[in-house]
Amino acid sequence: MPTPLLRVTGLCKDYPLADGRATPVLHAIELSVQPGEFIAIMGPSGSGKSTFMNILGCLDTPTAGDYELDGRRVARLGGDELAALRNRLIGFVFQGFNLLPRSSALENVALPLLYAGVGRSERRRRALELLQQLGLEKQADSLPSQLSGGQQQRVAIARALSNHPVLLLADEPTGNLDTQTSEDIMSIFNRLNREQGLTILLVTHEPDIARHAHRLVRFRDGHIIYDGTVQL
Amino acid sequence: MKWLAIMTEAGRSLGANRLRAGLTMLGMVIGVGAVVLMLAVGQGAQSTVSRAIASMGSNLFIILSGASSAGGIRLGTGTVPTLTSGDAQALANLPTLSHVAPAFPNSNTQLAYSASNWSTTVFGTTPDYLSIRSWNLAEGQALSTGDVKRAARVALLGQTVARTLFREENPVGKTLRIKNMPFQIIGLLEAKGQSLEGRDQDDIVLIPITTAQGRLFGNPFPGTVRFIMAQARSADEMADAEAEMNQLLRNRHRLQEGMENDFSVRNLSAVAETAAISARILSFMLGAVASISLLVGGIGIMNIMLVSVTERTREIGIRMAIGARRRDVLRQFLLEALMICALGGVAGVLLGIGAAWLVSELAGMVVVVSGRAIILAFLFAAGVGVFFGYYPAYKAAALRPVEALRYE
Repeated sequence: MPTPLLRVTGLCKDYPLADGRATPVLHAIELSVQPGEFIAIMGPSGSGKSTFMNILGCLDTPTAGDYELDGRRVARLGGDELAALRNRLIGFVFQGFNLLPRSSALENVALPLLYAGVGRSERRRRALELLQQLGLEKQADSLPSQLSGGQQQRVAIARALSNHPVLLLADEPTGNLDTQTSEDIMSIFNRLNREQGLTILLVTHEPDIARHAHRLVRFRDGHIIYDGTVQL
Repeated sequence: MKWLAIMTEAGRSLGANRLRAGLTMLGMVIGVGAVVLMLAVGQGAQSTVSRAIASMGSNLFIILSGASSAGGIRLGTGTVPTLTSGDAQALANLPTLSHVAPAFPNSNTQLAYSASNWSTTVFGTTPDYLSIRSWNLAEGQALSTGDVKRAARVALLGQTVARTLFREENPVGKTLRIKNMPFQIIGLLEAKGQSLEGRDQDDIVLIPITTAQGRLFGNPFPGTVRFIMAQARSADEMADAEAEMNQLLRNRHRLQEGMENDFSVRNLSAVAETAAISARILSFMLGAVASISLLVGGIGIMNIMLVSVTERTREIGIRMAIGARRRDVLRQFLLEALMICALGGVAGVLLGIGAAWLVSELAGMVVVVSGRAIILAFLFAAGVGVFFGYYPAYKAAALRPVEALRYE
């Protein structure tokens, strides 16, 4: 078996309460992901799947346990190193798109490159190329508010891809989109996974969306209760 | 490289909220403008005073006749002419004094030259007077001891008098009538400007004291003078000189032990020093008051930046999610505050210079806009930006990415 892209062992996350005690949100999670996998994560609200995604995305740190990403032990890293991982290894796509409202599509896509220290003209060139790949070259100078939901999500995907990440995390990326647009977005994910071998973890409520993945992980009450082929 | 990119981001954020950035900047503009203006006014006052002091002469004493008292009624200083030209000559022999000049001024004396006339102070004195006042000639020659001995009818004109009577003409060599007596003009004095009390020092005609005492102004007490000016050799000798003069004049006036002086010796340097100190204090106070407005502008910046951090929490979260480090966020917010200050500072300097110009034009005050004051005001503004911008920037950078992203 090849080395996994990411491996989570005994991962726990507690949220402190006001009275000094803590509520556990994740209990000793174990998960291993191989490069090139496309995994759907499902579970009811409050099952801990978003917290899990935030930890995988290096936006949050676990209370206990280990998380290895691309050979690095993430749980031991400091703020700047986590920022560098978010910047170079991970692409994040959110339900609410999370584009900067006052920056154009092009500037939004180029922003991770800015924090990576890429020069101005190179930033522009790569951002334009990505927008082209996603069929948005005409909207390069538009502000997010001038774009449809599907277009905004495609800009967000372009932004997530700008630093050639090894892992794409999508937290309900189609939650705000209609069925047809959702299908378009999913086909983009499919293509990225198939053609570029990009590893994708996708949180969703909808079985129709989860069907696109090759592996399904179900959460309930902070535990993984199912991990296997996509059976809905 | 990255600094530049982050600066662009900061500039974009300011540009996105122009009205707010502009209003915040206004605090800085007014603060810096006030500092520049107030320093200019303060320095103007200082330079006016120091010029007046320099024009007065240094290490000066003025010796006035004493008060008279007749039948228990005491009249003011100088009512009895107790000082004489002889006193002045005796004082001139004191080793602590470098120059002594008796003075016999007469104000409101009518002058005439061809068709024009003018009323001014005609000041009888000796050649030493020019040395004491460090007053040079613009043209012609000074009074000589011979002129004083002969009681010659010669005159030196102040610039104001020369301009009034002669306009463009060169007065030297011309004949002027003072109270209808002809005087030959032998020289033209350099401009002195205003005195400390605001009197025009150039509105004057100098003539030999003997001429003034004798022919020109009828004098019921022959040989007396109105006052004597004396200059000590150095500032260190002022105290000694004062004691010696008192002693000498008491002897000459035959005053017994216990009798009051019939003259008074005044130290003019003390007056000058007081004026200089009050000008310095004025300048300092103006600067301090102006600094307060700069401080208020700084607090305005902090306030707006704090609001901006709260408002842009989600944006900060997004930036962090795609790889901004804490220091990138810190830099961006700090740069935003600094840019407000720098732009506001530049505009404030221009405003201050403009206001200083207006003050000098409209109020006729002397203002001195110095490069040092401008640099000082600008650096102070930048300091305010860093100081008041740091806390909001730190607050923004300290946000946790997950929480910032979740913020609605």
